[in-house]
Amino acid sequence: MNAADAQDAPITAENLVKRFGAFTAVDHVSFRIARGEIVGFLGPNGAGKSTTIRMLCGLLRPSEGRANVAGFDIMREPERVREHIGYMSQKFSLYGDLTVAENLRFFGGLYRVPRDVLPERMHFAVEMAGLSGHEDALVSSLAGGWKQRLALGCAILHRPPILFLDEPTSGVDPESRRRFWDLIHTLSDDGVAVLVSTHYMDEAEYCNRIALIDRGRLVALDSPHALKQRSLGGTLLLIECDPIGVAIGILPKAPGVREVAAFGNSLHVLVEDADAAISALPPLLACQGVKTGRIERIAPTIEDIFVRLVGGGAASP
Amino acid sequence: MKLVRLKAMAVKETLQVWRDPFSLLIALLMPLMQMLLLGYGVSLDIKHLPVCVYDREASQDSQDLLKRFQASEYFEIVQVADNYTEITTSLDRGRCVLAIVIPPDFTERLNDSGASTVQAIVDATDTNTANIAMGYAQAVVGGFSTDAQISATDAQGRPLQFIQPVDVESRVWFNEDLSSRNFIIPGIIALIMALVGAQLTSLTISREWERGTMELLVSTPVSPMEVMLGKLAPYFLIGLLDAAFCLVFGVFWFDVPFRGDVATLFLATSLFLVVVLGIGYLVSVKIKSQVGAAQMGLLLTLLPTTLLSGYAFPIDQMPPLVQGVTYLVFARYYVTALKALFLKGSGIVDLAPELLAMVAYAAVVAFLAARAFRKNLD
Repeated sequence: MNAADAQDAPITAENLVKRFGAFTAVDHVSFRIARGEIVGFLGPNGAGKSTTIRMLCGLLRPSEGRANVAGFDIMREPERVREHIGYMSQKFSLYGDLTVAENLRFFGGLYRVPRDVLPERMHFAVEMAGLSGHEDALVSSLAGGWKQRLALGCAILHRPPILFLDEPTSGVDPESRRRFWDLIHTLSDDGVAVLVSTHYMDEAEYCNRIALIDRGRLVALDSPHALKQRSLGGTLLLIECDPIGVAIGILPKAPGVREVAAFGNSLHVLVEDADAAISALPPLLACQGVKTGRIERIAPTIEDIFVRLVGGGAASP
Repeated sequence: MKLVRLKAMAVKETLQVWRDPFSLLIALLMPLMQMLLLGYGVSLDIKHLPVCVYDREASQDSQDLLKRFQASEYFEIVQVADNYTEITTSLDRGRCVLAIVIPPDFTERLNDSGASTVQAIVDATDTNTANIAMGYAQAVVGGFSTDAQISATDAQGRPLQFIQPVDVESRVWFNEDLSSRNFIIPGIIALIMALVGAQLTSLTISREWERGTMELLVSTPVSPMEVMLGKLAPYFLIGLLDAAFCLVFGVFWFDVPFRGDVATLFLATSLFLVVVLGIGYLVSVKIKSQVGAAQMGLLLTLLPTTLLSGYAFPIDQMPPLVQGVTYLVFARYYVTALKALFLKGSGIVDLAPELLAMVAYAAVVAFLAARAFRKNLD
């Protein structure tokens, strides 16, 4: 790979495999991520999202396959890779017994941020995290959302062209999550390539492209719009009914029904012919004592796509 | 290796020690506590041994002999018994270590034949103390009998004729006061270095694992060497500071002589610290839980230092096999060097064998420690 390629696609993975004993956590995953692009890894817990990110950061050695990050091979030059990436995860934290400023100074030192620009970068990170005036507060005393933004601040002190975010927003309140995503968009506008994993389906809409991951395999990789436009092989109906448990038992066997999934207290039902189904299904359900309420066509969400591609039950609500 | 990263690491580690009450306690208070505890508590000197006496004659001579026991700084008469039962009870209960029984015909036999006997019963559960007590008792009785002989010949009007037996005039070198404190305090420095070094460092890596900061650290470009040196630098300085404190405290508080040169002391201490910190770090890398690492750290450093370094228990009194094992205990060389520096005033040339042994040890441990930490999570 030459420098021009690294500019276009700072992250390239080819047939990455990671096995832990007999268990295959990541199974031949390939993708490219462009400069300024935000790619979301979407999938249930244990699908292999974190393992893939850790391999790209050089934290885990791939069992098979190759990957190139910022123009460096992750197997041969992991240290060079680390100089060009920022990494953060919900699962681990900054040093709770150090203050906001001390954490920033520590990471500034590890990333060798030049002494003359460090104060300005630290100031930027503090501002970005909304922690102005709290520079001397111990990190352990901060609330979750602040900690997350500060961790992001630490990860971008050295202005990396690539950012790996492993479930950065899990356990953070919705308001903080939105602010966090605003920051990520600002960074991508500056040309930073962002690979972010999440199990919040709604966050997928913030990404340029979404990689659906299930049991170690990359099931689909496309923009949210394209994924939704993809032929589901029918029309999606929303059906409100009661009792819902009985309906789930009956509907899959009904003629013209492709897929049934529960969403809260209603059902999303994929059918071949919407008009036929709208007239045929309520009487069918009534025979079994199920009362039908609202029944209408709906636009598919990412979650519907996920259920369709991965198979029901695997997705987190 | 980049100095900026090393410095960032060292500053971070220093701040963490400073904010952790437990680490601070070990770094600053432990040396003082150990010094006071061992300096005052552990004494191998035998003085004021409790003695029980049973004077069955109660004559001028018998009282004279007992007064000599009373006057000796090695003995203290704690009980005057009236029968053997009391003596047995006293020994059984540990009220006395030694019992002196003077027979009813003590003076009579002394006058008749010039030879009398005194019975000494000693509690030999602690054989070392018992031996020394018997030695002191014989010395006291010996002094008495010499004087008795002189006065007897004098009374018979014979001219004084001294038959001078071979007299050993012993001279004690290096520890003229024969004070065990002078012997123990230098060794305590080794103990404190081992304790502080192993305890503090054994936690440094495991703490990162337990608090979940390790993954973040590994994701940065910091090199394993920078991690090791950066983390150990503050503890090295703390160790030297503690050594300086021990030196000052030992000399000025406990009046232990220091006859060597300070530079050699710090050279030996630095080498010892490299070994102890290296072992602590190795353990910390290998054992990911803080509790496990702390225990293993102590097992590998403090235990051999306490038992096999000769700091309090002389190596030449150990069985030959164990003596052989002590050559593998790195603390042995440090303790030998410390004692020689404090008491003998040995120079760097005299201590070359010990220092070289420590250099070899430090090199091996540093090599292993530098290779131990791998920057991946596999």
